[in-house]
Amino acid sequence: MSTESVSMHTPASATPLDPLDRRIVLATQAGLPRVARPYHAVAEQVGATPEEVMARLQRMLDDGVIRRIAAVPNHYALGYKANGMTVWDVADARVDALGEQVGRLESVSHCYLRPRWPPDWPYNLFAMVHGRDRDEVELQARQIAELLGDACRGHAILYSTRILKKTGLRIA
Amino acid sequence: MDALDRAIVNRLQDGFPVCERPYEVVAGQLGCDEDELLARLDRLLSDRVLTRFGPMYHAERLGGGLSLVAMKISPGDFERVAEIVNAMPEVAHNYAREHAFNMWFVLATETPEGQRAALDRIERETGYPAYSMPKIREYFVELKLHA
Repeated sequence: MSTESVSMHTPASATPLDPLDRRIVLATQAGLPRVARPYHAVAEQVGATPEEVMARLQRMLDDGVIRRIAAVPNHYALGYKANGMTVWDVADARVDALGEQVGRLESVSHCYLRPRWPPDWPYNLFAMVHGRDRDEVELQARQIAELLGDACRGHAILYSTRILKKTGLRIA
Repeated sequence: MDALDRAIVNRLQDGFPVCERPYEVVAGQLGCDEDELLARLDRLLSDRVLTRFGPMYHAERLGGGLSLVAMKISPGDFERVAEIVNAMPEVAHNYAREHAFNMWFVLATETPEGQRAALDRIERETGYPAYSMPKIREYFVELKLHA
């Protein structure tokens, strides 16, 4: 009972990387140098000109290969002690329109459609909700429930109790 | 964290410019100088207020395979299974959650085809089924945690 249909569900839009792109990914996937001219530092590391590195990064941003260049906060350190993965069993015909609306709620940081595993796992819509405590998360979950209305047949909130491992994605 | 730290955390979640002196540009927007921003960013990272800072790559668009995987582990067996799962380099994040499905991790492989082999290995080594839930669609979110 492993991959039901990984290939079917995996987006096919892979952008081919040339060797310089790949060196840039490797040099920056752990983070951007914290020096006055960070792209110059990367350029030195990968053996290209700063202009070329900046052009490649800008192209990867435009193509969506890079979502954005940004900081990732630690929820716990910012006081968001309750992190609930809310999961919903939403009618297939309505889930796309409703998923877009759930994603727009302020407290939702990720919102995905995923495959069900009936009968063990009936839920197809996943929305991560962060709050200072569980009451706050439950309040947000009630807002989502209202929004979904009768398109939703059931839901659950899975709180994280422990981070077992957290490393950045290593992808190149 | 003081007001400037909070402003830095909020501003840097929004995106960072690609130009010769990007820290100077952002420092100007925040009303501090470049050295101050760099020093505070170093501290926010070493204090783990921020877990990372840099380009956020989109694994699937780089040609990789990515999925969220859930497992139902008997409580007495949890630590043994966590050790096996965490030891795999393909496992990026792994969380314990309160539910019958009590272990949830992100599995990132170099190719989409690599997912099956990694899942088979996890099932073989742990003796538990792995429920793979790769995303079918991603809905737009306004990503921002206010510091």
